[in-house]
Amino acid sequence: MTTKKKDPVLVVVQLSGGLDFMNTLIPYTDGRIYDWRPTVSVAAESTISLDDRLAWHPSAQALSELYNAGNVAAIQGVGYENASRSHFRAMDIMHTCEPEKVATEGWLGKVTRELDPNSENPLTAVSIGRGLPRALVAPGVTATSVGNLDKFGLMTKIEQVEERAANLDIFKRMYSPAVGNGLVNDYLAQTGRDILRGADMLADVPSRYSSDVEYANNPIAQALRDVARIHTAGMGTRVFYTQHVGYDYHSLENEVHPRMLTELTEAISDFMTDIRNQDASEEVTILVFTEFGRRIMDNGSGTDHGTGGGAYIIGDHVSGGLYAEYPSLDPKDWLYGEDLTHTIDYRSIYTSILEQWMGMDAQPIVGGTYEQIRPYNTTMLV
Amino acid sequence: MTTEISISTDEEIALVGHLMRRVGVGANRDRLESLSEKSYEDLVEDLLSPNRYSDPDVDLLDRYFPQSASPDSGVTWACRWMYNLAQSERPLMEKMALFWHHVFATAWYKAENGPAIVQHIDMFRKVGLGNMRDILLALSRDPNMIYWLDNSESRDGAVNENYGRELLELFSMGIGTYTETDVKMAARAFTGWTFKQPIPLYPYGGYAAEFIYHPEQHDNSEKEFLGEKGNFNGEDIIDIIVKQEACARFISRHLYNFFVADEPQVPAWSITPPQDQQAIDELTGVFLDSDGDLTAVMRALLNADWFKDARFKKIKSPAEFVAGALVLSGLPETPDPMLASLNAATTAMGQQLLNPPTVEGWHTGKEWLDSGTLTERVNFVVNQVAEASLPGVSSILSRIESHGDNLSPEELVNLCLDLTGHVEISRDTHAALVDLASQGGQLQFDTEVNVTESQKQIIRLLQLIVSAPEYQFA
Repeated sequence: MTTKKKDPVLVVVQLSGGLDFMNTLIPYTDGRIYDWRPTVSVAAESTISLDDRLAWHPSAQALSELYNAGNVAAIQGVGYENASRSHFRAMDIMHTCEPEKVATEGWLGKVTRELDPNSENPLTAVSIGRGLPRALVAPGVTATSVGNLDKFGLMTKIEQVEERAANLDIFKRMYSPAVGNGLVNDYLAQTGRDILRGADMLADVPSRYSSDVEYANNPIAQALRDVARIHTAGMGTRVFYTQHVGYDYHSLENEVHPRMLTELTEAISDFMTDIRNQDASEEVTILVFTEFGRRIMDNGSGTDHGTGGGAYIIGDHVSGGLYAEYPSLDPKDWLYGEDLTHTIDYRSIYTSILEQWMGMDAQPIVGGTYEQIRPYNTTMLV
Repeated sequence: MTTEISISTDEEIALVGHLMRRVGVGANRDRLESLSEKSYEDLVEDLLSPNRYSDPDVDLLDRYFPQSASPDSGVTWACRWMYNLAQSERPLMEKMALFWHHVFATAWYKAENGPAIVQHIDMFRKVGLGNMRDILLALSRDPNMIYWLDNSESRDGAVNENYGRELLELFSMGIGTYTETDVKMAARAFTGWTFKQPIPLYPYGGYAAEFIYHPEQHDNSEKEFLGEKGNFNGEDIIDIIVKQEACARFISRHLYNFFVADEPQVPAWSITPPQDQQAIDELTGVFLDSDGDLTAVMRALLNADWFKDARFKKIKSPAEFVAGALVLSGLPETPDPMLASLNAATTAMGQQLLNPPTVEGWHTGKEWLDSGTLTERVNFVVNQVAEASLPGVSSILSRIESHGDNLSPEELVNLCLDLTGHVEISRDTHAALVDLASQGGQLQFDTEVNVTESQKQIIRLLQLIVSAPEYQFA
């Protein structure tokens, strides 16, 4: 029996602020890290051992379980030449694949344009949260940002259902395709109608969803729950975007980092359980990335901006394990005498996902040819 | 055949309304009526002379939101800026600062030094309507700019070209009007222009820095720049730039784009001619004749017929949109906690003041709008005009009430459009609004219950007016 394979779906989880990679996948058997990081390092006996060199931070328990089940590709030492230590610039570079100059097209915006060249489905790309990340922005591309799925759309503070519906009718008439009003008005009218179309499609999503999984009450868990709700409702979304904010711990890393990691990894684990229970997991791959790693030595309270971060690809079809090399800890290899030197370019990761999972030509999207890793054992592609 | 209709209204009010939307973020009807007691030309002179007025009284603001007075946080300071935009009696001073912030874009994120960028914006307030030479000089000595474009890294023998390049490309002349050699020469001329090491951030918070010139780091060799030869320093480079017609044209086009009508994005200017070449020629002429006096150029711009005719030709930026909505609704008597949310509001609409994405600044015009940002805009302003207790909304309500119960749906719509300043709208929008007004039935102000109902109906109409595509334009 052959069944049509489902369209592959990419869920991106952006960790904003710069996840401390060295304190997530910890080289726990190298005693030097306890000298370099006297404040933020975790005692070897509390870590979750992965092999004789690396261990997970104890708060990454949920991710380590997915890893042990073979569903996580942990990519070590992610970066690029002349890495920026500015959050915004570094994010921009990773969003646009353009480290040298300023670009306005995001890589996922280009992906969306490939997937839906005539913007037929306003939900082809969905970002959970207010405003669109630059990664999803490209001229002529419709991507929908969902600030609140339960109250999505226009005039949501108007409580009266009939009044709001009548208002939206008027809105639709005001944004009707006008003749001879010029390009800006045409574009504006189209944009207004896109909002209504997206809202119409999303209106019954909450009522169609039921699940036994209880997500935690924190932003990333709720965002991934929204992804699950939209994905399982079958809206044709191919790219989801979520953000987890707060990884910039210059201070109090020991207080903040465990909470962030717990929230993140439990949310991902709950999300996987949820979509598996609903038979909607095999087409999904998750990419978790951050704009940079952090400094090798701690500053007495936290860690400053550095390089050599990590990324994770998670899903049922992932070939679990470690990818690329852990950056050298030998001080002679340190970048600028204080940072990890990256071992894999972030565009290699994008290329691998685009070519192997999404079935797309990555070259025009990432702006070049990059060596690929092989993070999947099977894919949705025929 | 036109699909636009104009609501018959007092032309003088309509013109002053247009002026105030462009030199500021708009004015409510009461203020427009008092402003239009003066002639248009006198009003322009008032706007060009901010010293005739004082800054807004911020005592209450400081008492309720002491954190907004602290430049340490760019976020609260950005909220304070929008508050000032909404209520300043020196609107053009604030608007010129916003203009220069768009053109000379620097962002908080590189230095993460709030006081330095607040000092930088204040500098625009002081010199923004002055002479182009003084403006570029103040800019080149501004520590926030020096750090942003790495001039603090530039010294004789190790020249950093970043500032020299952007000074020509983005800040004064535009691509295609100079050579790569000119960039190198400008960069060499600015070697040694840096700032004193500021007081460290810890433990008491950030401090602004101060300009310093290090002669021993300056490249003293002869330079050839834009056809002139000499042992130029930074001041000489600026002197040569402001004499160029290219500078006059570039700044004129920027002013046209910001104050008159949306032009294509700046990187396209070297290939796409201006939509109104004659207007740019006029401004360029005034710029050159006045040796780059921005007050003279702005006087010519604001008094030109093509300015007066360019109504609703610009998409509001998020800061203009949010501050403009505050003008329409009116500000609460005591600063409201919503003040602190203004920055989050514009950020979700694609603009965080003091934090543009890059040195290119924001892409403007139609590029402000996508389905996410338009949703944010509509929801923000719809919620804002729903507050009947706010003075702007209650003033509109009482003005309509004073017309009594005899308004037809069309009269009611036209009155609301008139009072919100939206006097030019499409037939589709107008017809839709009239239908809505008809559904609501006749307004009645005889009993308390009827007054409440009628007010609800008017507010609903206002909510749809500010949701209309036309409201996106200034």
